[in-house]
Amino acid sequence: MSAMIEISQAEKTFIMHLQGGIRLPVVSGVSFHVDPGECVVLAGPSGAGKSSILKMIFGNYRCDGGRIGIRHQGEQIDLATAEPRQILSVRRSTIGYVSQFLRAVPRVATLDVVAEPLIANGTGRAEARERSGRLLRRLNIPQRLWGLPPSTFSGGEQQRVNIARGFISDLPILLLDEPTASLDAANRAVVVELIGEKKRAGVAMVAIVHDDEIRHQIADRIVDVTSFAAAA
Amino acid sequence: MARHDAALSASDQPLLRAEGLGKSYGRLTACRDVSFELYPGEVLAIVGESGSGKTTLLQLLSAQLAPSTGKVCYRMRDGVMRDLASIGEAERRFLFRTDWGYVHQDPAQGLRMAVSAGANVGERLMAVGWNHYGRIRDTASSWLERVEIDVGRIDDAPRTYSGGMRQRLQIARNLVTAPRLVFMDEPTGGLDVSVQARLLDLMRNLVSELGLAAIVVTHDLAVARLLSHRVMVMKGGRVIEAGLTDQVLDDPCEPYTQLLVSSILPA
Repeated sequence: MSAMIEISQAEKTFIMHLQGGIRLPVVSGVSFHVDPGECVVLAGPSGAGKSSILKMIFGNYRCDGGRIGIRHQGEQIDLATAEPRQILSVRRSTIGYVSQFLRAVPRVATLDVVAEPLIANGTGRAEARERSGRLLRRLNIPQRLWGLPPSTFSGGEQQRVNIARGFISDLPILLLDEPTASLDAANRAVVVELIGEKKRAGVAMVAIVHDDEIRHQIADRIVDVTSFAAAA
Repeated sequence: MARHDAALSASDQPLLRAEGLGKSYGRLTACRDVSFELYPGEVLAIVGESGSGKTTLLQLLSAQLAPSTGKVCYRMRDGVMRDLASIGEAERRFLFRTDWGYVHQDPAQGLRMAVSAGANVGERLMAVGWNHYGRIRDTASSWLERVEIDVGRIDDAPRTYSGGMRQRLQIARNLVTAPRLVFMDEPTGGLDVSVQARLLDLMRNLVSELGLAAIVVTHDLAVARLLSHRVMVMKGGRVIEAGLTDQVLDDPCEPYTQLLVSSILPA
């Protein structure tokens, strides 16, 4: 079976023009692959470049060299050189991303924030909302909050909304940036369960998790990011 | 959004193409060497400070200003790509009345302030040949509802409206003929922050539901992030950086873009 993600020799350097043009090498020589149904956890200390790698796979950070191969609609596409409209297409139908923080539009109700990615892919509004409600219920967001915009919620509640929004779609690749960071034990267990279901559905995942116990529960393979440390 | 997606995949041909576009006034160059393609359903933001050439570029793109160099081509409804400089005045007016919308920063420029809201919306329909009063009025009412204006205000003139309502009415007037491309010049400028959020949310939904292509000039990066797929950053009349909106805003490369992004005050 062919890999969903195949990264080779990817690299990233920030040049800070406002700080006198300092070069901040983040990572170089990033090479690994992820198969369908597999969860690869990126390991390494803070600042090692784990989130940057995730953002490169999502096309949010530009890649200065190498290749980020993504299996998209039956063909491999290199996100390092893809056009903006190709990246948008990949995000619509191939890669989902659960960021650390929810960035929601003001005024939109939680139920719709979560349903939106499904609607974007052509699911009917009623069905999308129903699935949204099911997922919110599983993640212990009380129904009386569904009609409110998530900006009024606590940090942990916002993160669960964010997780629901990321997990609702049936996309073949999912990127998870510390999905359990501000959750209590019961909700962490729900997330582990959701990840297990995605694996059985053949979804390829790349995750960052600091909690050793969670990592142990979800990781099929660990990629040590310190080996990609860029030489300064 | 479903229509939007279909639009992206089905029509893999650009709707509008700018080639080496520039405008100078004597020795002063307002805008130079701008080239890009816009696809159906795509929203492009043009950002930059005052005087960077954003509005000049928007006027060039919408054929309100003749370019000094380069050209703008547009795919007409018959599928043929035409150079806007080569089409006649009648065709250009037809584009403006049907296939294009233009949302001005100041709604007073885009509306007729002394006639009723219903007539403001209905006028665009009559210009494309609608003549049944009842149907025009029904369509106007349903558009007022869509832009969250109380239908009870349909017979009032927009000069009795608040700034936010006027801007929403201007949007309804533009969208009623189902244009394929909408130009917007600082659509949220001059509005209170709370009014801005409501307007942005509304525009975002309309654009994706209708599968519209749009070119939005703004100096507000938050507007660009919320509304656009792609962004072009302008400085001194040139495009200095362009790409996917979140990529340019989260990973800016050019010194000026880094300055713009780092100058946003955290709320």
